[in-house]
Amino acid sequence: MSRAVAPLPTTEARRSPGPWRTAVADLSCNRPATAAAVVLLIVVVVCLCAPLYADHIAHTDPFQSHVSGTTVVDGKTVPVLTPSSTGLGLGVTPIGPTWDTAHYFLGSDNQGRDVMARLLYGGRTSLFIGVTAALLTVVIGTAVGVLAGYAGGAVDAVISRILDVIWAFPVYLLAICLSVVLLTDGLRLGPLTVDAGSLWLPVVIIAAIYVPYVARPLRGQVLVLRNKEFIQAAIGSGAPALRVMRREVLPNVVPTAIVFLPLMTALAMLTESALSFLSVGVQPPDASWGTIIEDGLGLLYTRPAVTIAPGLLIALTTVALNVLGDGVRDALDPSARLRGGV
Amino acid sequence: MPDQPVKELPDQPLLDVRDLRVTFRTRRGSVTAVDGLSLSVAPGEILGVVGESGSGKSVSMLAVLRLLTNPNVTVSGQVLFRGRDLLALPDKEMRAVRGREIAMVFQDPMTALTPVYTVGWQIAEQIRAHEQVSRKAARARAVELLSDVGIPDAASRVNAYPHEFSGGMRQRAVIAMALACGPSLLIADEPTTALDVTIQAQILDLMRELNARGSAVVLITHDMGVVSEIADRVLVMYGGRAAEEGPSQAVFHGPRHPYTWGLLDSVPRVGGTRLRRLPTIAGMPVSPDSLPEGCAFAPRCPARHDRCEERPELAAGNANTAHRDACWLPPDDRAAQRLAARAGPEAGAGAQRTDETDREMAP
Amino acid sequence: MLYFALRRFLSALFVMFAISVLVFLIFFATPGVDPAARIAGRNADPATLAQVRHSFGLDRPMPVRYLLMMQHLLIDRDLESFVNRGSRVVPQIVQAMPVTLSLVVGAAVIWMTVGIVMGTAAAALRGTLADPLIMLVGVVGVSLPAYWLGEVVNLVTQNRLHDTVFSWVPPPGYVELGHDPGQWALHMLFPWLTLALLYAGIYARLLRGEVVTALGEDYVRTARAKGLSERRILVRHALRCSLIPIVSLFGLDFGALVGGAALLTEVVFGLPGVGKLTFDALQNLDLPVIMGTVLYAAFFVVLANALVDILYARLDPRARHA
Repeated sequence: MSRAVAPLPTTEARRSPGPWRTAVADLSCNRPATAAAVVLLIVVVVCLCAPLYADHIAHTDPFQSHVSGTTVVDGKTVPVLTPSSTGLGLGVTPIGPTWDTAHYFLGSDNQGRDVMARLLYGGRTSLFIGVTAALLTVVIGTAVGVLAGYAGGAVDAVISRILDVIWAFPVYLLAICLSVVLLTDGLRLGPLTVDAGSLWLPVVIIAAIYVPYVARPLRGQVLVLRNKEFIQAAIGSGAPALRVMRREVLPNVVPTAIVFLPLMTALAMLTESALSFLSVGVQPPDASWGTIIEDGLGLLYTRPAVTIAPGLLIALTTVALNVLGDGVRDALDPSARLRGGV
Repeated sequence: MPDQPVKELPDQPLLDVRDLRVTFRTRRGSVTAVDGLSLSVAPGEILGVVGESGSGKSVSMLAVLRLLTNPNVTVSGQVLFRGRDLLALPDKEMRAVRGREIAMVFQDPMTALTPVYTVGWQIAEQIRAHEQVSRKAARARAVELLSDVGIPDAASRVNAYPHEFSGGMRQRAVIAMALACGPSLLIADEPTTALDVTIQAQILDLMRELNARGSAVVLITHDMGVVSEIADRVLVMYGGRAAEEGPSQAVFHGPRHPYTWGLLDSVPRVGGTRLRRLPTIAGMPVSPDSLPEGCAFAPRCPARHDRCEERPELAAGNANTAHRDACWLPPDDRAAQRLAARAGPEAGAGAQRTDETDREMAP
Repeated sequence: MLYFALRRFLSALFVMFAISVLVFLIFFATPGVDPAARIAGRNADPATLAQVRHSFGLDRPMPVRYLLMMQHLLIDRDLESFVNRGSRVVPQIVQAMPVTLSLVVGAAVIWMTVGIVMGTAAAALRGTLADPLIMLVGVVGVSLPAYWLGEVVNLVTQNRLHDTVFSWVPPPGYVELGHDPGQWALHMLFPWLTLALLYAGIYARLLRGEVVTALGEDYVRTARAKGLSERRILVRHALRCSLIPIVSLFGLDFGALVGGAALLTEVVFGLPGVGKLTFDALQNLDLPVIMGTVLYAAFFVVLANALVDILYARLDPRARHA
């Protein structure tokens, strides 16, 4: 029997793709998540085009009342607002949906403003508040969670207790308290100044109340991480605490933080709409989907479109965000859980 | 223990696994974890299944009990238990086999028990799943079983929750549960790996005692020492296939497969020459997603040659027909070949050794 | 056990105290805000402002102010609305409480039942089409603004269809339980369903994740090896263990809702509960009322949490010794 040396199998260095690339590949295979991303993209692009629609198609200013305006429907000139014939005659009935993109596609509200144009502008506001608040929450929550979990001891005890208290408290009530106090005078906190009526006010409030939602689970994660060998090795090798947090701890919690981002955005948008609906969120003349629903409240039975359209858009956007968030979670960190209650 | 005496035909094995194949479907293609494994267990014997992690030893036993519930798993072949093919059994009949006729003990006792129920409750649940007995009777049996496996003060410990037990006690409780219905086969998947050395010996004693009462045991382990101590027969697995199989004595004293050589050489010996570094098997264990066409061990084998491109089958190489191996080396005088392979690459035909091993081996 | 209860009680007291401090800080110590002007309401006259300053000790140190606020709320219970002259806050809250409790308890029963069934079913049917479908219902439930859903329900049941299909639906409002139980339930039905849909979605999603994780645990494999039926494994082992984290969340949510977080549902369906009280106060920026309702909320949050801790210890033997 020949015992010649058999050639070694070529040990081709099979480089495994990095965790991020794997996650992206996982996500792009996830059909609901991809669909959700497309829906979100469309919503964002359409809302960003709001001024284009207002200027070039509807030729209207969505913030200006047109109480005595008229428009042309089927070749006839009709008033935008018709004085109400029932009741005490105090109310007005705005024009209903014309289904004509040039003017009053979805009708007008009781100040004669084009609901379609306001919907697009409102979407810009709602998306802006949702995304910025979520970003702020996740960044602050991650920092707080990593700090508390890593530092331990008294620092952790104090931070955790504060987080526990805020966590236990109904977020809506907390947001309402803050809004009610800050609504008229704005916020001045050291170098941070937010004017009353500014869009940043709801952003700051929403971001603040949800910090425990991110910080608490991340703190737990860091507590587990801190006992892992590689962190102990880094500490043992004398690396400064900040460096260990940044180089060793942070990269391991970033996936969870990213998972929270879309879910948090959905939660922030829902909270914004609720606050605006309660008239302590976005302040006039700015519009958001929540304020439009509030505008439509008095017109519910006569012109339901004013209420239904923004609600559907909120629902569509938040469903898409949640589905995308679930996909991101499955791809990055299947064990991440965000408390969903409001 | 109410053990119905089963009359086995002397030549009929209790468990006869034929050409078992387990594949996992993954995104990057299918992965074969068990690749045409055949084995048999006679009534009342202890079979040691040895191999590195990833050699398919645990997966094959989970497949025998149909505990691989992942929808991406495909299991094919035959698992004959007392002549019945378990893989073809309806779910309900399979459930009657699990826990009653074949019991299984897992590696990590810390997580093997449901944390919210008392140990006694969980043992009684096992009994009542298979026998029509009252709660009270099942509970009394649980106490009896716990004291059988050496838990002191069993009558009060029966009410303890798993987290109130130490690791060794939990493993005893798990074994007590496995014994509850007097199974004729116990599959123990690395039952001592997660435990302290002193506890390990006690658990092994327990296995031996159980075997003395008539149960056959399949003991999965990567610890050659454990196998040599307790097993009647040994099956060495590599890359999801059987590499060598035979009576313990024969395998330990005259190993035939180069992989078994490596395994045995890497066990430190009390009283042997003191080595600065223990010999290791060069290279990495084969990954189930890239099994070679031919012999799975070939890439790491010190005695590799052309023939290894073909897949070897288990075959008896000498007078002892019970001792079989899957290797293309000439069947006679493996002991001399083993020494030659150990001496170095120049004799061992292109073995890929790491530098350290070379230095160790050639002073 | 006594030690455990005592510790739990002290911890509850601490949370209660911390929340009251938090509320106090928001109302009296927010930078750049004059608390007197906020409390007195819009366009208050100088006399009212002076009265507020005196009554809440706004010229005195912070701790004194805190004690004064708590005295008005808890001891004298004479916290007064300055917008609605003479209306006392505490009795209003007491009167609104049964309405909120009716709403939240009914909804909780529905959402826990539906959520547990949906979550468990989805986890058990993993790999089939039913799982994503059930979860889609859950996602939609989570994503709908509750107040908007209420409006749509009103639109459907009270408008054109009210003459035909939904003629049995009473107009939005509240009927006391003691007055007419049938009417009470009828009036509460849609509010219950609306509120429950949101939370059923949340709980179904959470529970599915927990059950899926549990089904991959070693103890489930042990249970299978014991020869138990899949149904028993799912319910008695996987679900039983998955309920533990759900229960602690339930405590938080239930407490928050009773405490007034259900205000949107109450507003939309015209239920005169604590949430509606808060809402009306918001419209007038009537801070004393909000102060009262928020602290009332804190009380319920803490109470619900304490109750849940006891339930938790019953569910999880490991927690009994913690």
